[in-house]
Amino acid sequence: MNWSGLESLLSGVNKYSTAFGRIWLSMVFVFRVMVFVVAAQRVWGDENKDFVCNTRQPGCTNICYDHIFPISHIRLWALQLIFVTCPSLMVMAHVKYREGKDKKYVELHHGSHLYVNPGKKRGGLWWTYLLSLVFKAGFDTSFLYILYRIYHGYDLPRLSKCSLDPCPNTVDCFISRPTEKKIFMLFMVVSSALCIFMCICEMIYLIGKRITKLMRVRQENERLLFAEQHELAIMAPPRTQYRKTDPTAESQMSLNRREKVREAGVTTTL
Amino acid sequence: MSWPALYTQLVGANRHSTSLGKVWLSVLFIFRVMVLVVAAESVWGDEQSDFTCNTLQPGCENVCYDQFFPVSHIRLWCLQLLFVSTPTLLVAMYVAFRNHRDKKRLLQEVELETLKRRRLPIAGALWWTYACSLVFRLLFEGGFMYALYVVYDGFHMPRLVQCDQWPCPNLVDCFISRPTEKTIFTVFMATASSICMVLNMAELAYIIAKAVTR
Repeated sequence: MNWSGLESLLSGVNKYSTAFGRIWLSMVFVFRVMVFVVAAQRVWGDENKDFVCNTRQPGCTNICYDHIFPISHIRLWALQLIFVTCPSLMVMAHVKYREGKDKKYVELHHGSHLYVNPGKKRGGLWWTYLLSLVFKAGFDTSFLYILYRIYHGYDLPRLSKCSLDPCPNTVDCFISRPTEKKIFMLFMVVSSALCIFMCICEMIYLIGKRITKLMRVRQENERLLFAEQHELAIMAPPRTQYRKTDPTAESQMSLNRREKVREAGVTTTL
Repeated sequence: MSWPALYTQLVGANRHSTSLGKVWLSVLFIFRVMVLVVAAESVWGDEQSDFTCNTLQPGCENVCYDQFFPVSHIRLWCLQLLFVSTPTLLVAMYVAFRNHRDKKRLLQEVELETLKRRRLPIAGALWWTYACSLVFRLLFEGGFMYALYVVYDGFHMPRLVQCDQWPCPNLVDCFISRPTEKTIFTVFMATASSICMVLNMAELAYIIAKAVTR
């Protein structure tokens, strides 16, 4: 199980994402995972061997290394990438659950489907998708914050001074390849920030789309209610007997409003 | 035989699990196997070469390393993950046995492939096999976590250990490489293991409750 396994697992998610989601996924896999595997791991490869302290005291180098690098950047980024890509699996699980429900419905009702399109982001799936975006942005932000706190602001000095036991005095310790590490750290931080920005844009887009749809539906409802109450029968919608429970099919009016219009129409005509 | 091959085997058996079982498999492979392969193995990579003791006595470092690390964390976790995945193969074996038996018993000629594609309900002998597999998973998880706790005296990795085994001349200070990072990963793997145990217990309670109400 490695990065290619995770990538194949997540490529299925693309079908259910918005355009922003697809760009986000490509960004994560090209700019973050690939750079991580192909470049960053090599830069940090010799970090322990080439960490040198100006002392011959055995154990001093180990202790100073442990103090300066409580957790290596590489491991932190590996965990960050794993955590950030997982919320998409929540969306996939929800779609699979809907498909399972649909299959059972088809078996019971001889061919008619419960969901016209199980992958359409209406009803519960919209909330799952929004929640997955919140988690993605949340994980990315918390890992960036952890990195900031551990390394005192994305800083990687060439020289650090260390005076822990068993080091005899204050000892100079030198990190290997600090400039290259700093460049890669800034690259990973900037790409994380861009991914967070994309998540926020996608959230705004989803919420904005929903709000405009609700406003449009409300305007349409008011027009139709007016038509019903003033007996403009030509403009009123046909009274349907069948109760639709499929949130993924196109509908001009939301279900609750349709029922209220029907009741209102019945009382006025009586 | 490698982790991806094991994953394909388990995903096949997973069709007959409950939703909790499917969540368990994802947690197992993403948060445990993947973290082990991608991150933890490199943390423990140089554990012996960077284990330094404050002595020039030949053999002292080797002996002290052996005393404090009888089994490496990485090997214990690999064994744990393998043992924990095996009970699911029990379920897969039973399902294969059922498919072959049903093919022989059914009067009309049915293809083995169509039998393989159907999803058996968790009832009867399959219920017992599944419940046994859950109990074994719990036992293996608990057993390995306890073994790790006992061998390493808790989940914390000290910076300094003192050793006076022969041929070390006196009490000698030995320094472990990257103790903080190792502690972080030990705690992470222990947490993931506990989450898997909770999922298994919940799944066991769910199938027992479902069987009792039926």
